[in-house]
Amino acid sequence: MRVVGDMREAFRDAAVELVEEDPLTAVVLADISADLFAKAMARHPSRVLNVGIREQLMVSVGGGLALAGMRPIVHTYAPFLVERAFEQVKLDIGHQGAAAVLVSVGASYDAARSGRTHQAPEDVLLVGAVPGFSVHVPGHPDEVASALRSAVRALGSGRSAYIRLSTEANGAARAVSGSGRLQVIREGSLGVVVAVGPLLDTVLDAVVDLDVGVAYATTVRPFDADGLRAVASASGVVVLVEPYLAGTSSAVVSSALGALPHRVLGLGIRNPELRRYGTPDDHARMQGLDAGGIRRSVTGFLGLT
Amino acid sequence: MRFRPAGGSVVVMSRTYAELAGLMTAMTGDEKHGPSATSTLDVLWVLYDRVLRVSPSTADDPGRDRFLLSKGHGPAAYYAVLAAKGFFPEDWLAGFGSAASPLGYHPDRNLVPGVEISSGSLGHGLPLGVGLAHGLLARGLAEPRVFVLVGDAELDEGSNGEAIVYAGAARLPNLTVIAVDNQSSTWGWGSGGIEAHFGVAGWTVTRVDGRDHGALAVALSAASGGGPSLVVASVERKG
Repeated sequence: MRVVGDMREAFRDAAVELVEEDPLTAVVLADISADLFAKAMARHPSRVLNVGIREQLMVSVGGGLALAGMRPIVHTYAPFLVERAFEQVKLDIGHQGAAAVLVSVGASYDAARSGRTHQAPEDVLLVGAVPGFSVHVPGHPDEVASALRSAVRALGSGRSAYIRLSTEANGAARAVSGSGRLQVIREGSLGVVVAVGPLLDTVLDAVVDLDVGVAYATTVRPFDADGLRAVASASGVVVLVEPYLAGTSSAVVSSALGALPHRVLGLGIRNPELRRYGTPDDHARMQGLDAGGIRRSVTGFLGLT
Repeated sequence: MRFRPAGGSVVVMSRTYAELAGLMTAMTGDEKHGPSATSTLDVLWVLYDRVLRVSPSTADDPGRDRFLLSKGHGPAAYYAVLAAKGFFPEDWLAGFGSAASPLGYHPDRNLVPGVEISSGSLGHGLPLGVGLAHGLLARGLAEPRVFVLVGDAELDEGSNGEAIVYAGAARLPNLTVIAVDNQSSTWGWGSGGIEAHFGVAGWTVTRVDGRDHGALAVALSAASGGGPSLVVASVERKG
């Protein structure tokens, strides 16, 4: 496993700032990252809570805090946050109408050496299925604070959020508007490749000499339908490159294109049960998400081979 | 968004306990959760009549006491008590479970005035209550209490185990669990009963006759000993 990533520290810094600024913001942990929040916990013991290794309780406590009028940020490793406690996400946050911000670390294969138990490529598909949730996938540590702040702000209008952090990151932060819009990185005529979060740099490498546009998405729920139509209506060809389960956003992309004749290829994790250890780079290669793999998929889809 | 009582039909004058049976009959009378619903009737009545500091006019007041019906099964008694206390019109009861009614077989807080949590799936109310109790304290609201009603069989759910140990250690003084014990848990709670499991986690525990209104009122009104408290309400064995 890689060392604790910058995104997690950026999240901690932003969360602690919010706790300091706003007496209604709270943080709920289940041991993971508790060391990072030790000072904040000592300063605000009533609002920075560590429930121990109890993920069901952690999510429910987030819901209960919201019912008391608080703005909860709930954080742990992705599979334990989303999968272990999924009914709590569905009922104690979603169904109650008790808005909360969920923030995960670990992503699909940050913990490549740790194996399947620490990998959650299905997370976005699952949380995206719960009404009322936005999903944000920052691509750089400097994009984390704005994502967290806008997500906490949106709690006031009853909207929950899932923010997916990773040790994988692009070389530079992009100006992320916080409005959830697709950002056009470059133009091209054969189609558009939509890169989600940390995969932007890899996508740019993969298609460097191809006549395709590239757009960058950090918000995938709700998906920016207007922005997508703007970049895809001319060609009707979209390749979606997501750092989690392949096809997770294919349906929303297809729906956004509606009556427009279109073709969509959804790239992402194609085999969640890889049963291999190694590094994140090894996993990217084995899942076809390295520059060479993405290039092969794109050229094949466009008939350029 | 909540359904609001339609104009003019809210009962302002509170009903009596004896009148609850008639209100329950106004519902389908015979719905599948019947025995479970009546096991909670006395506890619910005592709570709303003598213990909880909440009324239709304070149903959205941040300082109100919260009652969380975790065991959302068999809500007929709950709806009857809420209607009797004027949280919504009694004429809602007849539509129980129908497509046009806000009153379902499991209650929804977004549909029914006075309902604090949507329940039905077991093992969610107590963990939510822990967060609610924390949140009230964090907001400086030390007065309101959080009451969570669970069933003895509902405690089978492991999520309750997480909450029981944590809440005991966190010493939440504003949290009270009422466990209605009709001995319906498939594997039971051993010779020490439910209270043994809460007791070792540091809860103040007591057991009373779940049909004795005076004893229930005393137990539920008691100030906590600085941490969370459990009141086990014994009722007839489910059968």
